[in-house]
Amino acid sequence: MTPKLELRGVYKSFGSNHVLNGVDISIEKGKSLVVIGGSGTGKSVMIKSVLGLLNPDKGSIKVDGVETTTMDLKERDALMKKFGMLFQGGALFDSMKVWENVAFGLVQGQSMSRREAQPIAIERLRAVGLPARVADLYPAELSGGMQKRVALARAVATKPEIIFFDEPTTGLDPIMADVINDLIVAASKDLGATTLSITHDMASARKIADNIAMIYKGKIIWHGPANDIDNSGNPYVDQFIRGQADGPIKMEI
Amino acid sequence: MDAEQNAGRLEQTGCSILSVPQRFLQRLGRAAIGFLSAVGRLAEFTGRGVMHCFTPPFFPRLLVRQLIDIGYYSLPVVGLTTFFTGMVLALQSYSGFSRFSAASAIPNVVVLSITRELAPVLAGLMVAGRVGAAIAAELGTMRVTEQIDALTTLSTNPYKYLIAPRLIAGTVMLPLLVLVGDVIGVFGGYVVSVYSLGFVPGTYLHNTWQFLERGDVTSGLWKSAVFGFIVTLMGCYNGFNSDRGAQGVGAATTNAVVSSSILILVFDYFLTQIFFTVIK
Repeated sequence: MTPKLELRGVYKSFGSNHVLNGVDISIEKGKSLVVIGGSGTGKSVMIKSVLGLLNPDKGSIKVDGVETTTMDLKERDALMKKFGMLFQGGALFDSMKVWENVAFGLVQGQSMSRREAQPIAIERLRAVGLPARVADLYPAELSGGMQKRVALARAVATKPEIIFFDEPTTGLDPIMADVINDLIVAASKDLGATTLSITHDMASARKIADNIAMIYKGKIIWHGPANDIDNSGNPYVDQFIRGQADGPIKMEI
Repeated sequence: MDAEQNAGRLEQTGCSILSVPQRFLQRLGRAAIGFLSAVGRLAEFTGRGVMHCFTPPFFPRLLVRQLIDIGYYSLPVVGLTTFFTGMVLALQSYSGFSRFSAASAIPNVVVLSITRELAPVLAGLMVAGRVGAAIAAELGTMRVTEQIDALTTLSTNPYKYLIAPRLIAGTVMLPLLVLVGDVIGVFGGYVVSVYSLGFVPGTYLHNTWQFLERGDVTSGLWKSAVFGFIVTLMGCYNGFNSDRGAQGVGAATTNAVVSSSILILVFDYFLTQIFFTVIK
């Protein structure tokens, strides 16, 4: 079976800073891969390369077996409709009301009228545990946890086939983080979506992952089923999941 | 990180081998390449922005909002600026012209200066401060908080959604603002001339009209359309390419205002030169 999403030998440099040094990952349809790794190891650049927000220098990125790095604008537009993305800071449009944010992909991407999209947006908000009265507020009037929920509702509103989660629990308290993790699992199961997440929060990784991969210095150094993470036999992974300062990974300050 | 440090070390050792003039040339070359690539990036951005102004989908709601933001809300600023400029023009030219009994030329001096030069340039500079800065700050914040990336992931082209409406609104609205500013500026000169310099109202207005040609007004309006494009373009470009963090947004805002102000003055000269040869 062709993987839903596959990266082969992806390289990306910014000047003399080599961020991705040949990343290989592949995700089966309906599965959830979580890529773990420290700050500055290339996690965000990897996701942005898949989304086409950055162009990789070298390598292949395939969605449903179709090469995406050489796509023209039109094909890229069509591909984008398969994607949903939850940004680290939410990236909600602060000039729009909450429901307009959630409905954005439906109105712009699927040419739905605002009148049609509003009840759907409110329904999506309810699915992430937000009452209808929130719909008419602006993002700045919400707490961090509520903003994350709205961002999640927006990311899944268009029923994407592949969803990307960029540090979904960063900046949340542990309980709210767990609530968001549950919502992520529920939303992905509901849609039968394939998901690619990046995080350094191990609790989150264990909860949402079918498979885990660890990225270090722009390369995948270990990957396997989420259950095997504690017996990886890899000193880098062991150091990371235990959060130890001593080990093969040296913090560069 | 290792690679970066190595590169830094190489560069340092590389430098020490070079003689002083070589180092000077190296720096000059680097500056030249930096400048040219900046011009190239701006040209590419301009081309894309303009292209997306003319290709669907269009966003009429957003365009109307920008027309109101850039045009209507700039009226007070432009009105006040041109009103006082008209007044001070009348005063200044009176003190000069009365020395060789040419005070009767004041209505002409006021109307020609306002329509051909002062209303377009001053309105352009005021709008650069008001609108250019606001655009750069808004788009810069959207860049920093990943809202621009979010647009792309929601199947929306940020050039069409953010840049095109602003470019169109700036180019269309500034001439309209300047037309209103022309009238207000002439009125400012009229007020001072009639109430403090003792001109007869009818004669003043008659003289204002008598030597005014259509080209005086339209050349100013064409200039202001270019200025409106420059202001919104520099605001969009600097905001869209803003660096991370509050400092990045601050720098983008400053650059937008400074670069558009300078470009307005430069383009003003060259456009005037062109109009000078075409319609005198």
